Amino acid sequence: MTGAALSNGQVASKARAVPVELRNVTVAFRLAGGSIYTAVENASLTVGAGEFVAIVGPTGCGKSTLLNVTAGLLAPSSGLVEIFGSPLSGLNRTAGYLFQSDALFPWKTALENVAIGLEIAGAPAADARKRAAAWMARVGLAEFASRYPHMLSGGQRKRVALVQVLIRDPRILLMDEPFGPLDAQTRQIMGNLLLDLWSADRKAVLFVTHDLEEAIALCDRVVIMSAGPAARIIGDWTVTLQRPRDIAEVRHEKVFQDLHREIWGILKAEVMKGYA
Amino acid sequence: MSRAKLLLLQVIVALTVIGLWHVLSTDEYLGVAVLPPFFFSTPGEVVARIAKLFVGGTIWRHLWVTLAESMLAFAIGATAGVLIGFWFARKPAIAAVFDPYVKMINALPRVVLAPIFTLWFGLGIWSKVALGVTLVFFIVFFSVYQGVKEVSPTVLANARMLGMNDRALMRHVYWPSALSWMFSSLHTSVGFAVVGAVVGEYLGSAAGLGYLIQQAEGIFDVAGVFAGMFILAAFVLAIDGAVTVVERRLLVWRPDHADTRK
Repeated sequence: MTGAALSNGQVASKARAVPVELRNVTVAFRLAGGSIYTAVENASLTVGAGEFVAIVGPTGCGKSTLLNVTAGLLAPSSGLVEIFGSPLSGLNRTAGYLFQSDALFPWKTALENVAIGLEIAGAPAADARKRAAAWMARVGLAEFASRYPHMLSGGQRKRVALVQVLIRDPRILLMDEPFGPLDAQTRQIMGNLLLDLWSADRKAVLFVTHDLEEAIALCDRVVIMSAGPAARIIGDWTVTLQRPRDIAEVRHEKVFQDLHREIWGILKAEVMKGYA
Repeated sequence: MSRAKLLLLQVIVALTVIGLWHVLSTDEYLGVAVLPPFFFSTPGEVVARIAKLFVGGTIWRHLWVTLAESMLAFAIGATAGVLIGFWFARKPAIAAVFDPYVKMINALPRVVLAPIFTLWFGLGIWSKVALGVTLVFFIVFFSVYQGVKEVSPTVLANARMLGMNDRALMRHVYWPSALSWMFSSLHTSVGFAVVGAVVGEYLGSAAGLGYLIQQAEGIFDVAGVFAGMFILAAFVLAIDGAVTVVERRLLVWRPDHADTRK
């Protein structure tokens, strides 16, 4: 076999490789007092190509920790993180990350915030702005391009943050309770918008939430974590609901309600541990 | 309260104070004024003195000297403050080494440095600039240091996930954050630049508003002292107004400088 053929074979296997694979990941922090706090223990999880996976668990169970490990913002204490078949070291360059709290640059306008990812990647400023404006229009913010983040509503800021991530066309999308701070109506609108944008090219998505309904409505798979400390993955369900979905409508389907009842039976016990 | 009403009340306060001053310093009771003009002068005399200074044209040179000293002190102090503040914030080890010395120098009342600066830089403008720099530097330094340190961790993580390397982080995150903190202390730092200049002039110089006041004081010319004080106050207000205009332009993105578009 020639070298060229070998490398071609590798490329092919990389292309087929699983976007995210966590194997026996444990994350522990050393606390100020010197004691060790284990946030996540022995978690294994895969996100297949084009798969939309939700991690659901009680508050403080280490869902975000797992997401940060996948993003490369946090190194696991033990275990393996593989991105498209290669072990992750440093930041995950193939991933886009939508944060829970405001992460926009307050000193840049909405348009500049969206364009920045392209500019950093070396795109000419005029080109980056043109593409940013197109993305802004896609999420209905064309008129708000010149506003600074503080002049936008919470939902508008989320949309800017979403396109700030999507414009870079990451192969993996990581989302940390992105719609948590929004009101119920805005959450539904954002959820449908997300599904709409996602269905265009079906990236691999890892979506962290504490809202089981949101998770079932959006995702292909729902992964449940136990209450922390030393949170583990305790369940993995496949959502068989048809796509495209309307996340407001889908809640009335029997499949949805049965699945919700089944998962909630297990999740409830974990949630209640937090109040025990 | 409406703007017009507010302005009216503010004018009334000024007129009342000046009126009282006038009455108490000119009306004599049993042969003596409550505020003897020798110690308190009278509003009329002070106004006449101010008018004379402006009509005669002598004031412009003094205003110009004080302005030049203030601006130089601000420019040099702010530049040094930004650079060193940035450097310390990015290199905690260096900040830790210099920490006690920074605190020590900052604790020192700057007036005691004036004679040394006069010795080093002479009686001209540079000894006043040096005094102003020692005041401005620390305000800007601490602001910038804080600004770089207190960048939101989420914004920082987001910047890194968007692909920023150290240089890009500097340009798009740390630098704007540091500048915004510096601008938010602009009123204070510009004010201190003027204070440095005037105090320096007062302690020994040949020109400037501080010199004017000091000269008048030396010959018990109370009207001259008050005239100098009023001109100085107007000068500071004018500079402060200019700073507000600059600030509005630079900090449009800040919530507390919001326009009414929302």
